[in-house]
Amino acid sequence: MKEIKLSINNQKIVVPAGTTILEAAKEVGVHIPTLCYHPDQAIKANCRVCVVEVKGSRKLSAACSTPVWEGMEVITTSKKVLDSQKGVVELLIASHNQDCLNCQRNGTCELQNLAERFNIGKTNLDIDILTLPIDDGNPSIVRDPSKCIKCNRCVETCSKTQGVDVLTHAHRSDQYIISTPYNLPLGSTLCTFCGQCSAVCPVGAIVEKDNTEQVFEAIENQKKHVICQVAPAIRTALGDAFGLDDGAIVTGQMVNALKQLGFDKVFDTNFTADLTIIEEGNELIDRITNGGTLPMITSCSPGWINYVEGKYDHLLDHLSTCKSPQQMFGALSKSYYAEKMGIDPKDICTVSIMPCTAKKFEAQRDEMNTNGVRDVDVVLTTRELAKMIKMTGIDFEVLQEKEFDSPFGIGTGAAVIFGATGGVMEAALRTVYEVVVGEPMPSIDFEPARGLQGIKEADVDLNGTVVKVAVAHGLSNAKIVMDMIDKGECPYAFIEIMACPGGCVGGGGQPINTTMATKSKRIESTYKIDKEKLQYRKSHENPAINKLYEEYLEKPLGHKSHELLHTHYHPRDKKIGNIKLK
Amino acid sequence: MGSVTETKFEVLNDELASKIDKILSENAYDSTKLVGILLDVQDVVPKKYVPMDVAAYVAAKLNIPLTGVYDVITFYASLSEKPRADHVINLCKSIVCKTNNYMDLQKSLEKFLGIKVGEATEDGKFALEYSACFGACDVAPAIKIDQDVYGKLTDEKLIEIINSYR
Repeated sequence: MKEIKLSINNQKIVVPAGTTILEAAKEVGVHIPTLCYHPDQAIKANCRVCVVEVKGSRKLSAACSTPVWEGMEVITTSKKVLDSQKGVVELLIASHNQDCLNCQRNGTCELQNLAERFNIGKTNLDIDILTLPIDDGNPSIVRDPSKCIKCNRCVETCSKTQGVDVLTHAHRSDQYIISTPYNLPLGSTLCTFCGQCSAVCPVGAIVEKDNTEQVFEAIENQKKHVICQVAPAIRTALGDAFGLDDGAIVTGQMVNALKQLGFDKVFDTNFTADLTIIEEGNELIDRITNGGTLPMITSCSPGWINYVEGKYDHLLDHLSTCKSPQQMFGALSKSYYAEKMGIDPKDICTVSIMPCTAKKFEAQRDEMNTNGVRDVDVVLTTRELAKMIKMTGIDFEVLQEKEFDSPFGIGTGAAVIFGATGGVMEAALRTVYEVVVGEPMPSIDFEPARGLQGIKEADVDLNGTVVKVAVAHGLSNAKIVMDMIDKGECPYAFIEIMACPGGCVGGGGQPINTTMATKSKRIESTYKIDKEKLQYRKSHENPAINKLYEEYLEKPLGHKSHELLHTHYHPRDKKIGNIKLK
Repeated sequence: MGSVTETKFEVLNDELASKIDKILSENAYDSTKLVGILLDVQDVVPKKYVPMDVAAYVAAKLNIPLTGVYDVITFYASLSEKPRADHVINLCKSIVCKTNNYMDLQKSLEKFLGIKVGEATEDGKFALEYSACFGACDVAPAIKIDQDVYGKLTDEKLIEIINSYR
């Protein structure tokens, strides 16, 4: 590739052609302020906070969108540059709800950081904040337009990355806003509640619904037996919120923190991820041998379920009937566990720690109850757990490692990789192959399912029958696969789909500042846990699962399983007048 | 549903749908002609606006997201997301109409209609809005009522024209 020589603040640097000023500056240790820029998104260049001086140019240039050229001389430290950057921040603050002390993003807000950087306290400009109602009418996401800086990161995510098309820019000039069509509440649109918008929002305009208070209250209530389950993708992400290295494995510290917070038992969702594999694997074998609907598609990701129920409601038969691991855990906690412990299910409060905002929605679905008792009572995102840990002054970094409690504390490597895109596929194949062929897969590491490519495909030879499988992550990739099925052109028998890019490690509830680079580190750590840290690597080898079937469930796809572990889907009937939203 | 109130504008019926179908088919269901399509559609909707269900219908028929249609409707001043009136009177205030004293015309209009620019008459018959140039500079100052252009107006002529819409 052609190389370009330039100077930034008189420091000489050589970078490949096509590099932007912003990227080149990072190379020499100069951090130009940004707001609308996001490393995983297309360049928008609408906020103008990254303007810098380029010698010979009459006006300032946006560093995020200007590629470098041979002999370019960039100055980022002049008064002219600083005054302009500061001016942009001041203008944004003048139209931004400055209730920082009450904001969920207090301390992680990019605008607040810039205000601090430029020493902006109060602005002399006229304050002009759009007063539109706060949308908090759904279980997952809260949108407050008064805090929006119109950077369009959420719009980019919603339309390009996810292809959900719920958020858009609307109106113009000083009336310009980020909105849903006709300012509908998110709950009335086909929003999947994947929360990717909340993960990329630089400020507090889109945040997860905060349920931490509910959990503190439940723990305080002496009558309640409060238990928690932790999803596979938390243990490689939670450390980020405490400044640890990207992808740091913090399983033991996390369990310790949860125990200190006062949960009566700390369990692992990995246990029910293994259970999912047993049920889903058997469902797949049953569908293949008995002519059931194929391809069968995984059903662990609630954002994906919301998407397919909204946009492809004629293809719901393709979804595995298995509940997600979260919901399987919930159902068992209010049945098997309650019986075993001799506690009235009504007195058990089951809390999930999830990387996901859509899990909050899933837990509140009507059908997700066991004999009228809610399977999962409260869902917290990784961000909310981090907040509780910070609030209680627990020094996460120095925590001793603790073990999960039994009986739901044992999980296999197959379960932990649920957190990465391709993980459910790989976990299922480890079991399905062995059940059908009668011997282990040639290599337990199923490489074709791994990595960040949008859609991954592979052939698996099951006793002479070649089964084609595929993995898709990010809903715009899911769309490609679904359109293939719709047209009758889908060659696959089994498909894993995750709503979020990268899978659950990149979930909408993960710590702020999660980028594709961070996700890749978390995925690396996920496979490391599978390979190095766990005794068992196949779901059917989990002794606790086998005991559960012996003691309670009897057999996979049996009567009890159907009652507790399987579900059904229904079209999301979102209409405007007589027109069904698509 | 939370604190955001849901606005329901359900105006689409079979008759209106077939009118919209005709407009769409005249434009070969080409989504790049969205602005023109929406202007024509708005003209056949009572109260001259693009309600939510009509926008959703157009989006579905053109196979584009509703977000995109909404963005266009709110971007252009001549498209409205809210009900206006049976007839919309557009008063041009671009440069040629300005030099030909559109202000006098505005005063007459406001007097006859009993409303200010930006308002609608109480009976819902007329809405009065400013407009950018619509190319009638030869007869400036000009007005446009719905799709019809009128210029070189005297007070008598103006009353006559407006009454013809009643």
